[in-house]
Amino acid sequence: MVDGQTLAAILAMAAVTYATRIGGVLIADRLVLGPRLKAAFDAIPLAVLTAVIAPMALATGPAETLAAAVTALAALRLPLIGTVAVGAAAVVLFRAVLG
Amino acid sequence: MTADTLAEARAGLRDILPPLLAAVPIGLLFGALAVGRGLHPAEVALMSALVFAGGAQFAVLDLWAAPVPIGAVAFSTGLINARHLLMGASLAPKIAGFPRLVRFVGVGVMADENWALAERRARERPLTPAYWIGMAVPFWVNWVLFTTLGALAGSLLGDPKRIGADFAFTALFIGLVAGFRAAPRAGAVIAASAAAAALAHLAVGSPWHVVSGATAGIAAAVLLAPAAGNPAIAGNPAQAGDPVQAGNPVQAGNPAIAGKTEARP
Repeated sequence: MVDGQTLAAILAMAAVTYATRIGGVLIADRLVLGPRLKAAFDAIPLAVLTAVIAPMALATGPAETLAAAVTALAALRLPLIGTVAVGAAAVVLFRAVLG
Repeated sequence: MTADTLAEARAGLRDILPPLLAAVPIGLLFGALAVGRGLHPAEVALMSALVFAGGAQFAVLDLWAAPVPIGAVAFSTGLINARHLLMGASLAPKIAGFPRLVRFVGVGVMADENWALAERRARERPLTPAYWIGMAVPFWVNWVLFTTLGALAGSLLGDPKRIGADFAFTALFIGLVAGFRAAPRAGAVIAASAAAAALAHLAVGSPWHVVSGATAGIAAAVLLAPAAGNPAIAGNPAQAGDPVQAGNPVQAGNPAIAGKTEARP
């Protein structure tokens, strides 16, 4: 059911991932923030979230990029769940139209 | 449990609901793909429970083979999840008052979604352990449940692209990014991060785009930040580029000017 090699790989992934999660918290507890470092920390949420989705939004195809633009417009007016629904519908539509 | 605690937990649950629903098709998709790569449903459940990091989990499926290349799997996971270092560092002062156990276990289920919501809430009011647990625990259960169901249902699901399920994650993140658009230097950070991540994706390939984009976005924020920062003036990218204005203590201290520069749609 659970293979030894697979278990080892999963445990390695879990250990690495927990280290990344707790690491930032432990480091930050020892930092004193100046204005520039503060600006860097304020930018973290946007910089990280944007980086994760940029390949899908900008470097996959015209249908995905157009759908991302429509989703962004929707996001200015709709709550999160509405934004997701508009995004999924838009990508299906643009993929159908653009092949 | 006091009424306040309950209200905080409820607020957490309410805030996490949209990402939770968006994660359903993504979880089903992951489970189905994982079984296709030779993982047993029990292994899928174990991975989701212990690793609980969608991006990294999808990425290692590309590497999966028999025998499993443990080193490559661990390296890819570390690279994609390196963003957690930044996220944890940013969250740390906001959860500093949590009991130790909640802090050390709670941060173990930090994900992009619950972290982004926690950051958003922290802009308005202090974070509480009840709020964090109300968000993070259902989100974790949901991911384990639906990835496992996806593994069990496997090929029954058909093509997830048919309903745009593969885009749900992107759409969700666009919504989260939009929630931060009033943050200082937001436009510059988004532009720099998006450009660098897309280029890294095209030039080098998958796991590197996260590190590249995050670094570029943060660098843009630091470059545009005034040395002795007034956040209101710094918030206007046009003026932030002007060192005289940004550094002028008279203007920086003038609430009328500060208020004007902050006014945005």
